[in-house]
Amino acid sequence: MNRIKELFKKKKKDILNVYFTAGYPKLDDTVRIATNLTHCGVDLIELGMPYSDPLADGFTIQQSSMKALKNGMSLDLLFDQVKEFRKSHETPIILMGYLNQVIQYGQEKFLDKCVQIGIDGLILPDLPMDIFQNEFKKDLEERDIAFSFLITPQTSDERILLADQLSTGFVYVVSQSSITGKTGDISTTQQAYFDHINKMNLSTPALIGFGIHDKSTYEVACSNSNGAIIGSAFIRALDGEKTINDKVKSFVHSIR
Amino acid sequence: MISEEIQYQLMEKEDREFPDYIVACVGGGSNAAGAYYHYLNDERVKLIAVEAAGLGIDSGESAATSILGSPGIIHGSRTLLMQTEDGQIVEPYSISAGLDYPGIGPMHANLIKSGRAKVYSSTDGEALEAAMFLSKKEGIIPALETAHALGVLEKMDIKEEDVVVVNLSGRGDKDLETYMNYMEGKIGHRISDNQE
Repeated sequence: MNRIKELFKKKKKDILNVYFTAGYPKLDDTVRIATNLTHCGVDLIELGMPYSDPLADGFTIQQSSMKALKNGMSLDLLFDQVKEFRKSHETPIILMGYLNQVIQYGQEKFLDKCVQIGIDGLILPDLPMDIFQNEFKKDLEERDIAFSFLITPQTSDERILLADQLSTGFVYVVSQSSITGKTGDISTTQQAYFDHINKMNLSTPALIGFGIHDKSTYEVACSNSNGAIIGSAFIRALDGEKTINDKVKSFVHSIR
Repeated sequence: MISEEIQYQLMEKEDREFPDYIVACVGGGSNAAGAYYHYLNDERVKLIAVEAAGLGIDSGESAATSILGSPGIIHGSRTLLMQTEDGQIVEPYSISAGLDYPGIGPMHANLIKSGRAKVYSSTDGEALEAAMFLSKKEGIIPALETAHALGVLEKMDIKEEDVVVVNLSGRGDKDLETYMNYMEGKIGHRISDNQE
């Protein structure tokens, strides 16, 4: 069974999904970081496929993507790294990237590769819902690959319901109308938006991301949904002198 | 809509509403879209799209998307774009900021691929020369983007009696520094000499 679906069956709250860019800070850090996250008890790993023109990502993730590409990161290399990780770990893995990467790799080839090496889900923020329904849904269902749509404070209720219906695994609740990497507390407007989503009683679990960067914002996210996604703050924590192992551990322990 | 304006102006000047050619520069393609609009289905009118070749199409420093690009997704559209095998967007180059774009509007990609529009390209040097020429000849200083459109007129097979519309999409005030550097020989000449 798909590891993401399995996770959400077993665990309903305080799910921690950590995002990082594959091939950053060093090309071969991917497996090391993922392994450490697993040891720290992180529930889900969201691996960024570094992209030249990331539409949803703020400065931190953009910089990490540029660095990763400079390091020589490619999709084939990423698949090799996940394969290496999968030899000893079962943490669910989601790939996050952009539609053009999948199209250029070859949609079927990409999805087959995901199945072959144990990737459980995809997030492609620029894949439109109608294209998803007509050209992706069946391919993903056949391969049991989960897909998460993003909803934001600008998303209409009608579209939120469609995102809920089409997403498998979880719905990605973007906490505010912005790109990734904001810091600051959760505002009353954001709280009202979370309340609104909760009143809609979505059938798919929801994780809140964008701007979740510390213990306090993580806890607010968890009290308003099934858990949180942290990306930029984690990538920033990868800077500095300490070893990757130490940096990952101290970051995750600062969150929970 | 510029194409409607073109109809009026042609009626006044040429006593007909359509030209034989419409020449427009294409970065993302907005000015070309406006210039073509009323003539999209009028086969009497040949649509000419001019891309920025930068330092030359094969120089690695170019923005000639329809030649260097391949189908993919950019900024929410399925169209032609300059990209690597892995789908990473390639940084384009042109001396003109407005044409320095790695994609092309999906409508334009379709016009070009279907043969409805014909593509030419101007290098930095050709555009600069054309800008100087129009400035001297007519006292109109065109924007560098527009100068690319003017830069292909000599390459086109235009007959004496043809009516040709070039869409002057912008004024050159913003590019005066570049033009002055060109006139002082600081840029452009050597680039121009290197062209094929």
